[in-house]
Amino acid sequence: MAHTTSIQKGSTAKQDRFQFHDYYLVEELLSEEHRMARAAVRDWVKQEVSPIIEDYAERAECPVHLFKGLAEIGAFGPSLPVEYGGGGMDEIAYGVIMQELERGDSGIRSMASVQGSLVMYPIFRYGSEEQKRKYLPKLGSGEFIGCFGLTEPDHGSNPAGMTSTLRKDADAYILNGAKMWITNSPIADIAVVWARDDEGKIRGVIVEKGMKGFSAPEIHGKWSLRASITGELVFEDVRVPKENLLPEAEGLKAPLSCLSKARYGIAWGAIGAALDCYDSALRYAKERIQFGKPIGQFQLTQKKLAEMITEITKAQLLAWRLGVLANEGRASAAQISMAKRNNVYMALQIAREARQIHGGMGITNEYPIMRHMMNLETVLTYEGTHDIHLLITGQDITGLSAFK
Amino acid sequence: MKILVCISRVPDTEARVAFTAEGSAFDESGVTFIMNPYDEWYALVRALELKESLGGSVTVVHVGTAASDPIIRKALAIGADDAVRIDAEASSADFTARQLAAFAKSENYDLILCGKETIDYNGAEVPGMLAELLGLPFVSHAEKLEMEGQKFVLTRPVTGGTEVVEVEGPLVVSAAKGMAEQRIPNMRGIMMAKRKPLKVVPPVEVEEKVQFVHFELPPAKKEVKLIDPENMDELVRLLHEEAKVI
Ligand SMILES: Cc1cc2nc3c(=O)[nH]c(=O)nc-3n(C[C@H](O)[C@H](O)[C@H](O)COP(=O)(O)OP(=O)(O)OC[C@H]3O[C@@H](n4cnc5c(N)ncnc54)[C@H](O)[C@@H]3O)c2cc1C
Repeated sequence: MAHTTSIQKGSTAKQDRFQFHDYYLVEELLSEEHRMARAAVRDWVKQEVSPIIEDYAERAECPVHLFKGLAEIGAFGPSLPVEYGGGGMDEIAYGVIMQELERGDSGIRSMASVQGSLVMYPIFRYGSEEQKRKYLPKLGSGEFIGCFGLTEPDHGSNPAGMTSTLRKDADAYILNGAKMWITNSPIADIAVVWARDDEGKIRGVIVEKGMKGFSAPEIHGKWSLRASITGELVFEDVRVPKENLLPEAEGLKAPLSCLSKARYGIAWGAIGAALDCYDSALRYAKERIQFGKPIGQFQLTQKKLAEMITEITKAQLLAWRLGVLANEGRASAAQISMAKRNNVYMALQIAREARQIHGGMGITNEYPIMRHMMNLETVLTYEGTHDIHLLITGQDITGLSAFK
Repeated sequence: MKILVCISRVPDTEARVAFTAEGSAFDESGVTFIMNPYDEWYALVRALELKESLGGSVTVVHVGTAASDPIIRKALAIGADDAVRIDAEASSADFTARQLAAFAKSENYDLILCGKETIDYNGAEVPGMLAELLGLPFVSHAEKLEMEGQKFVLTRPVTGGTEVVEVEGPLVVSAAKGMAEQRIPNMRGIMMAKRKPLKVVPPVEVEEKVQFVHFELPPAKKEVKLIDPENMDELVRLLHEEAKVI
């Protein structure tokens, strides 16, 4: 509209004016529950996340109080059974929830990804009945915060090289080693930790806060995912009772199955960040006047916007199809890798283009663009880097491993 | 306490308002519909709070077609126990109130809650008509609803202050902002809503007394001129020469 001539600092720009974009009417492929879940989480994000997120990200502080809210809305393990603290929903609902959370902030989505897919899921899938009863309801309700320790200082992309050890000692395991880059670790009540047993097999244990020899120092100085807390896990002869061993988890495939769940959620989630950037850029392009017309009238701006919505639409269809396959139990790890890689990279590209459309305003905290862009640098790397996922696809289609 | 909440379906606040050819009807194409916020945020949530503290049940009722089922499911997801949809287009306030009254008569509700108005037509007629048709007391625009023993104590705004009224139930109340706070349905509620009863009943015969003749959009907004606050002379000149108001 021609009469809104300029965007002024401190104006209504910070207000969350997000509108959903669904160019190919993909929502029609979803169920009424999915659409209701989307609307509910979007309302929650607008109410609880948008008003505070720039401030927390700027101060590099985790809004810990949101754990309760995330639990209340049902964002922790929505696809796990109700009797274990989950939501009894399907995989598409899980995807939709992650997307709406990441539309708010990748760090907030990470809080939920880790709690649901990397802490509740392994306990649900590999834990004993007592472990499930003891931990899952508390994790689902946000009373407990969990974290997932796989990455080590010297073993990131290559977790098979891990050196943390679990030595059997009477009725316990003695845990030694260190984990790095662990989301939620400094505030976690429990950690699901992966280490090698006496036979060299990778096993999972539940380590509780306060166990002797266990500490979780925070990692400072992150320019990305600033509203999510990250730390180390340090184990010095930590005596873990044998009841805390996940009985059913053996070998690297156990933690990798958890990562598949989380990556699946990221494939959906990244679209949320992309949508937020696109939506802001589209609005700005229609409102910002230069050379006497809205910048959205220039062909170069239109090219950017048109390519953005094309890429978002492709990603939405990819996520939807992956969701259908996941519901049928047919989504392979390699298919999940492709969607995670494609959608996160797509989101990062869109953040960069959207930043340009906003001109100088694009670098400020008046708009969510830089925050999303910086966040997405982590999302591009964690849960398997951009290149590692490419090599997984390469291995899947050629039958030849580039890792050996 | 047995509570009935009347819910209505309205265009989303972001919807672009347009009319079909010759202004005969609201153009619904591309419009998202939501539950009327006064019904959802205040009437329904206050009903649920009363049920939570005093026990009882909350039923939602809606006059509309199957296109309204998503908003009815949302009411169930937020916490209503069951729902009834009277299967007819809510063509006018009179028609709607008569349908609601015919249904409400069949059950003995202690309290019937509506929103103070819908955010589309803003008629605020249905609750009053409904009360009249049921022969019940009516309190409109209530910002607060409390129970004191068997009595309902309601606070409503009057010019320059508030009015507190005490009414013996059953009664009809229309809820205004302040009566409660919006509740966002959670995933558990959404899943439970699937299994809650949504009964569809046929409408009763009602003679249509109201015909809509014509809709029209307000005149388009003119361009805005921004004048530097320092430049009062220019403002005066424009008001005098262009706007011709001084
Ligand atoms: C904010 C944040 C939160 C995190 N949260 C968690 C968590 O909760 N739990 C957890 O366990 N981990 C977590 N991580 C760790 C994350 O998964 C790792 O950072 C990631 O797997 C990459 O490992 P690395 O950082 O050691 O990089 P490296 O593995 O050292 O990789 C460096 C570069 O080398 C490339 N590379 C490596 N191997 C190959 C190869 N064979 N061929 C080609 N290129 C290769 C990579 O693609 C990358 O570009 C988190 C990381 C961050 C940044």
